[in-house]
Amino acid sequence: MNAPAPAASFKPQQFKSDVKPVWCPGCGDYTVLSSITKALAALEVRPENVAVVSGIGCSSRIPAYTTCYGFHGVHGRALAAATGLKVARPDLTVIAAGGDGDGYSIGGNHFLHACRRNVDLTYIVMDNRVYGMTKGQPSPTTEPDWDSKLSPHGTGLREFHPLVIALASGANFIARATSSDPNGTAELIAQAVRHPGFSFIEVLSPCVTFRPEQRSWKDMVHPAPVAPTDDPARAARRLMTDDGFNIGVLFAGHRKPYQPVKSATPRSVAELAAEFVL
Amino acid sequence: MKSRKRPARKAARATPKKRVLRQAPKRAAKTGRTKSARSGAYADFMVQAYAMENDARDRYTEFADQMEVHNNREVAQLFRKLARIEGLHAERIVKEMGWRKPPSAAEAWMWRQSEAPESVPSSGELHYLMQPYHALELALQCEQRAASFFTGITRSTAPADVKRIAKAMAADERDHVRLIQDWMRKVEKPHAGWDIDLDPPTYSE
Ligand SMILES: Cc1ncc(C[n+]2csc(CCOP(=O)(O)OP(=O)(O)O)c2C)c(N)n1
Ligand code: SF4
Ligand SMILES: [Mg+2]
Repeated sequence: MNAPAPAASFKPQQFKSDVKPVWCPGCGDYTVLSSITKALAALEVRPENVAVVSGIGCSSRIPAYTTCYGFHGVHGRALAAATGLKVARPDLTVIAAGGDGDGYSIGGNHFLHACRRNVDLTYIVMDNRVYGMTKGQPSPTTEPDWDSKLSPHGTGLREFHPLVIALASGANFIARATSSDPNGTAELIAQAVRHPGFSFIEVLSPCVTFRPEQRSWKDMVHPAPVAPTDDPARAARRLMTDDGFNIGVLFAGHRKPYQPVKSATPRSVAELAAEFVL
Repeated sequence: MKSRKRPARKAARATPKKRVLRQAPKRAAKTGRTKSARSGAYADFMVQAYAMENDARDRYTEFADQMEVHNNREVAQLFRKLARIEGLHAERIVKEMGWRKPPSAAEAWMWRQSEAPESVPSSGELHYLMQPYHALELALQCEQRAASFFTGITRSTAPADVKRIAKAMAADERDHVRLIQDWMRKVEKPHAGWDIDLDPPTYSE
């Protein structure tokens, strides 16, 4: 047997690439980037053993800002790509990341099934309750009465409740974080990565340009007043009555992650291609 | 995402940078302790102080980058200058402690609270049209927080050598508060409506 490799000791800054983010100054996504890099340093992983996979949106730019492997994919499809990657390369730490539009609108169906499949990866949603990149349209998490030029008098539609949906669909770890607490968010990300199965973290990450009122979120968030539970029924009750600003781990279950058995002999590309012939 | 071309104003150049650096007292000399006589808690404390300075330097560097991307060069330069100052403070701790390389335990301290006391909160505080005065306001709050952090330690149950160095550091931070206040008097105060943009990035207002 080979001797175990020594633990990597990378500093958070070493997980940041030379590409300068083009986010608006004050955007919550800067903190999320910082928290991811701190979490990866604390997890003692190497950048080349981590893949950050995203869809489309301001938040989905995040892979380019890290030194990890990255895939800036198709709108709403971060989880499909991340799932395929983790199943093919279980040795990698896979983080999928994106926004509320990417994950809950166009990617909503992938979200349900990623929770259900419970593949061992971490999904970070930077929720700003708006489509930031396309200039301020309401998203599934936008409040029904959010009045804007693009949604006069509000949409009148009930918001999507991502944490409840994640629980009902089978996610194995559910947490809420806030961009106003970079170290707390880093700690939650590290816990999520360590927890087996599909881990979902919703990060309240203000869009200061289209939702400047979200700057006040930092005064509204508070630590969840209860310890994490592994009982889905209890978690469901808590999440259904949640005020949307409870921060912490809200559910940590014990479902066995899905990982198909790898065939002993690697198959050739021609064999794989043959499976797709109609 | 926005970028704006802004004329560089003269006021921000009146930065008392040299004073900020020169006035910081030699802390090791103030404590009057030899390295061998120091408690383990002393080294732990200096690791914390090092982590704080480092975190503040990284945050100012990130802010400078953000301002550069948005073509607010004046504020970018100011944040860069503040980052350099914090970096020098961190280097001085390394020198004083005789560390051959910065301690890795510095990273671990990050977990103890949501933000290091001397760092500007990472989100929500910046604006692409902000002016040097705003940046200095943020720096002032950080120095004030750092001063009360160290003062808190002088009133705690920490060992005597830790309290002594914390007292010297609190005095340093109070000096910085005064220097930033001086600096603020030399830059132009923002006029009402400084954030008005005739071509705003948002459709929603
Ligand atoms: C297939 C497809 N449909 C629509 C778009 C336009 N589009 C780009 S980003 C986006 C929404 C992004 O919102 P969110 O995921 O919340 O990210 P944010 O910008 O708020 O971080 C949309 C609808 C697209 N790029 N591709
Ligand atoms: S538009 Fe909003 S989400 Fe996009 S970078 Fe700017 S503040 Fe962030
Ligand atoms: Mg969004």
